[in-house]
Amino acid sequence: MKAMKKTLLAAAMSVAAVTGVQAAGISDDVLKIGVLGDMGGVYADIAGQGSVVAVQMAVEDFGGTILGKPIEVVSADDQNKADVGSSIARKWIDDEKVDVINGAVASSVTGAVTKVMTEAEKITLIAASASHAFTTSQCSPFNAHWTYDVVAMANGTVKPMVASGKEKWFFITADYGFGHALEKVATGVINDNGGTVVGGVRAPLGTTDFSSYILQAQSSGADVIALANAGADMVNSLKTAAEFGVTEMMDVAGLLVFTQNAQALDPAIAGGMKLTTGFYWDMDDQTRAWSKRYMERMDGKIPSMAHAGAYSSTMHYLNAVKAAGTDEGKAVMAKMKETPVEDFFSRNGYLRKDGRMVHDMLQVRIKTADERANANDIFAIEKVIKGDDAFLELSKGGCEFALAK
Amino acid sequence: MATFFGINLFALSGQLLVGLINGSFYALLSLGLAIIFGLLKIINFAQGAMYMLGAFFAWMALNYMGINYWAALILVPIVIGCIAILIERFLVRPIAGEDHLYSLLLTFGIALVLQGLFTHLFGSSGLPYKIPAELTGGTKLPFMYLPNYRAWIIVISLVVCGSTWWVIEKTKLGAYLRAGTENPQLMQGFGINVPLITTLTFGFGVALAGFAGVLAAPVYSVSPDMGSNILIVVFAIVVIGGMGSIGGAILTGLLMGVIEGLTKYFYPEASATVIFLVMVIVLLIKPAGLFGKEA
Repeated sequence: MKAMKKTLLAAAMSVAAVTGVQAAGISDDVLKIGVLGDMGGVYADIAGQGSVVAVQMAVEDFGGTILGKPIEVVSADDQNKADVGSSIARKWIDDEKVDVINGAVASSVTGAVTKVMTEAEKITLIAASASHAFTTSQCSPFNAHWTYDVVAMANGTVKPMVASGKEKWFFITADYGFGHALEKVATGVINDNGGTVVGGVRAPLGTTDFSSYILQAQSSGADVIALANAGADMVNSLKTAAEFGVTEMMDVAGLLVFTQNAQALDPAIAGGMKLTTGFYWDMDDQTRAWSKRYMERMDGKIPSMAHAGAYSSTMHYLNAVKAAGTDEGKAVMAKMKETPVEDFFSRNGYLRKDGRMVHDMLQVRIKTADERANANDIFAIEKVIKGDDAFLELSKGGCEFALAK
Repeated sequence: MATFFGINLFALSGQLLVGLINGSFYALLSLGLAIIFGLLKIINFAQGAMYMLGAFFAWMALNYMGINYWAALILVPIVIGCIAILIERFLVRPIAGEDHLYSLLLTFGIALVLQGLFTHLFGSSGLPYKIPAELTGGTKLPFMYLPNYRAWIIVISLVVCGSTWWVIEKTKLGAYLRAGTENPQLMQGFGINVPLITTLTFGFGVALAGFAGVLAAPVYSVSPDMGSNILIVVFAIVVIGGMGSIGGAILTGLLMGVIEGLTKYFYPEASATVIFLVMVIVLLIKPAGLFGKEA
């Protein structure tokens, strides 16, 4: 009788295999997570190795195995190059049985990687990129855009400033895709709220000296200089603004500032500047508890919002795989979208139809030297912005598959 | 406000001055390169990394040893000069007789190693460095607000560039130097220690980059890639000025700062390329560079 059962089971399984019906469970007997990011370039601090550590932490916290199979983490350096990123993604899928990619920082790389992943019907967890294209014009049923995007940044930072009477704006924009997108979105927010843009310059990426642009901003008669740039460009332009006495006459709004950038600035210069962030390590007991564990593994370096987002997105993905009983992309994504996202990182979060993870954002102010208890004490939280107010509405994004009935 | 063909002259004077400030930075960096190439025929691609090292050493001196900006301005270039001397003695000299390409690749490799090392140690976001208290604030000029630190940059760069030029072109030491590189055998026959002169010259040329690094620390982001960003521009300036022309490097540095400043005003998008455009034009018209001698 027992032998009979075994034979029947084997027969059923071979039928399933021949007809291509995929049995539930983990493909290739391992769940592999690929962490892709800039490991040694300009974005290495805000994502890089920290993202790998965050993903590893999620895997360990999950228990290291899923549906009886091991979970593995692999990582690679995309060097901020789209072609490098997409060829790594392709190799991971074809040769190394990677099931999901977390990371890809520079928006150009993310665009290329999500295309490869979508073709393979596998999920990309976008934890560090800024462009909102991945849930609008370039949206895909396999994208989950986690931490933040340019719209949330512009809404969070620009709207309250315009409302408080700072109506005239001048832009210093990084002259490439990301900067243009940020400028465009922020300009929309300014115009919608009754403000005007009185001028702007587009500075090449990697400009060292911003004094010329600061002088132009100064003579434009604007109330606010908006910095639509990131990283060293942002730090250099803010340093120069302070040096030329501009910060005393007009406000400076950093549209994309990571904690690591704020830490690189003298509090005398950056203190008081308002900005928007998806996460701050010192917000409450939950964020502190997680950050403490992260810092122990990263020589005391504090996590950025991208690091926290990498953990949160991985954990949500793993839970969805478990609930769906399979690692098949479509089924997992469906589970991810029906389960609320509530953890130390995400508050009142949910993964929207178009792949946008909508969660509460924080409006913060950079602390002055007197307010700081130690070197990691950087932001003071001013206000929590409700997710639906921060991110672009689904109906305005123009993501076709999400809008189709 | 005074205008000329619709151009605001006040704003323009501000841009000219700002261009001159950047130009003095360029002058300082290209001078070091020009000395090393002109006298030693070494294309030093590590010059940018040494500039970065200068800024980082200034930061370390302040944060680990409490050495302030003024002391760092003197000590850091000396330390960097010594490092350069070791590099010259143990790495560059063994390949001295080879093609230029060897020293180029060697120094480029050194630059990559240093940049990678500092990214590993300090991360890529950069470090904060304060403007020294004596130089904070600024002066209100009729057409712009001139921060005191920027004025200091112009003055000190011109002093350093000027005295370097004077030593090399007008003194006996400079004459030995020039002669030693022109005909080393003959000079050694006169009892002059040419290898020592070579080593010291390399050390001095690199120390200039370290000096510029300390000067840059308070105003630019102190980050591992600060050197690689500026190095290519500085090389273009040396080419425009004429490879190896000491005075040419200084004047071209200032001139290119001004041209770049004006581009930032009239057409900012082109500001990263304008210097290379000038380089192409100069090479087409006068291949030896503006101040170079025809070979």
